[in-house]
Amino acid sequence: MGFSRSRRRQVSLPFVKSVEIAAKSIRARFFRSLITLLSLVLAISFFTYVKTNITAAKGIILSKDAASVAKLVREGYDLDDPGHNPKQQWIVFLSLLVCVVGIVNTQLMAVTERFREIGTMKCLGALDRFILRLFLIEAFIQGVVGATVGALAGMSVALVALIMSFGVGVFTSISWPDLALTLASSIGLGCFLSVAGVLYPALVAARMAPVEAMRRMG
Amino acid sequence: MDEASKIVRVTGVTKSFPMGRTVVPVLKGIDLSIRAGEYISIMGPSGSGKSTLFNMIGGLDKPSSGAVYIDEVDIAQLDAYELAWLRCRKIGYIFQTFNIIQVMTALENVTLPMVFAGKNAAQATEKGMALLDLVGLKERFNHKPFELSGGQQQRVAVARALANDPAIILADEPTGNLDVKTGGEIIKLLKMLSNENGVTVISATHDFKMLNVSDRVVWIEDGRIDRIENRDELSISMGVIETRVGGR
Repeated sequence: MGFSRSRRRQVSLPFVKSVEIAAKSIRARFFRSLITLLSLVLAISFFTYVKTNITAAKGIILSKDAASVAKLVREGYDLDDPGHNPKQQWIVFLSLLVCVVGIVNTQLMAVTERFREIGTMKCLGALDRFILRLFLIEAFIQGVVGATVGALAGMSVALVALIMSFGVGVFTSISWPDLALTLASSIGLGCFLSVAGVLYPALVAARMAPVEAMRRMG
Repeated sequence: MDEASKIVRVTGVTKSFPMGRTVVPVLKGIDLSIRAGEYISIMGPSGSGKSTLFNMIGGLDKPSSGAVYIDEVDIAQLDAYELAWLRCRKIGYIFQTFNIIQVMTALENVTLPMVFAGKNAAQATEKGMALLDLVGLKERFNHKPFELSGGQQQRVAVARALANDPAIILADEPTGNLDVKTGGEIIKLLKMLSNENGVTVISATHDFKMLNVSDRVVWIEDGRIDRIENRDELSISMGVIETRVGGR
């Protein structure tokens, strides 16, 4: 029957087809995807909220508006370097921790409940890397959507809160390029964490013998 | 048996599973040869090891010792690509629990193995529709598994197993979750494939209806082959067989 090396290329999954299957899978599990998305949205919005506040604080300090600066001090900001003092860094670190734990946990669950599907796909001729690729693409799509929504939500909430504290004058002192950078880095972080969070469970699942994957209830 | 026509050969296969601190032997040395085009039933009580043997033949699990040859190639020697090729093109699997991919329609389930095999979308769709027609589900091609009955899902699984014209169909208790009538239809379908397309059908089962269509029946008991009977040696009177099995 010729298990020759020439057969190697005869098992394939084109990239476009992978994206199509991943997108369909997200759509078909709409509510499950929504929960994964929600965890991403919450984590990234918290992170963006913290970063936006720091960016705004820097702008206020540079504006040298005495009343606003005094208010900042009352709120506990360090005037020397609001982005780098231990308290602010601790908050950013905590928000990142919430991101990582939330996303990894959700992705772990999402992969675990699909063991049977993974086993079936392997029985139909899927290579380990097809499975891995499908999960990574799914996680990336979820990352882009969830992180964008989360970053926009977090920034909106932070800006509204800033207006309520400091008035609309805060918009004149804030550095818009820094704000854009915060938005972009938050979205990038969300995508990265979503993909990184799915990597380990997907790798374990993809490497399982088909029968073992199907034996574990999915 | 003619050496050249053997499509599956199992030699000295054992399989043990660790269970806590002890190791439980499930298969204790199986030797079996299957000819191309045969319809084989592996019969035995629950826990006898028939599903484990099924997994070994299908390359879904590795034996603890011994070897499984498909077309005289030891499948333990195959790399990941070759094993995927074997599962994709050479063997079609049917499971007791259907294992239809829940998020895909009937047609998408049937065409998935063809996608892996590199067929283009138009060819895959055309063949997928023909296969769904063969199993009587052409009208329901766009239905998701939860919109289909158990029997219909199993028919989708049969169509999917045939997607890449495999030489072997492995069916693990294909009628186990179906009522008597629907189970009978699946058995008839498998027999038709065996007769008309020369597909080798290997089925692990404890459904006595399978005996009527099997060329040979391999009786497994406690991890060993108890006996192998040709159809003409079988007493196909259900009562007699059940008495024989029940009395063991």
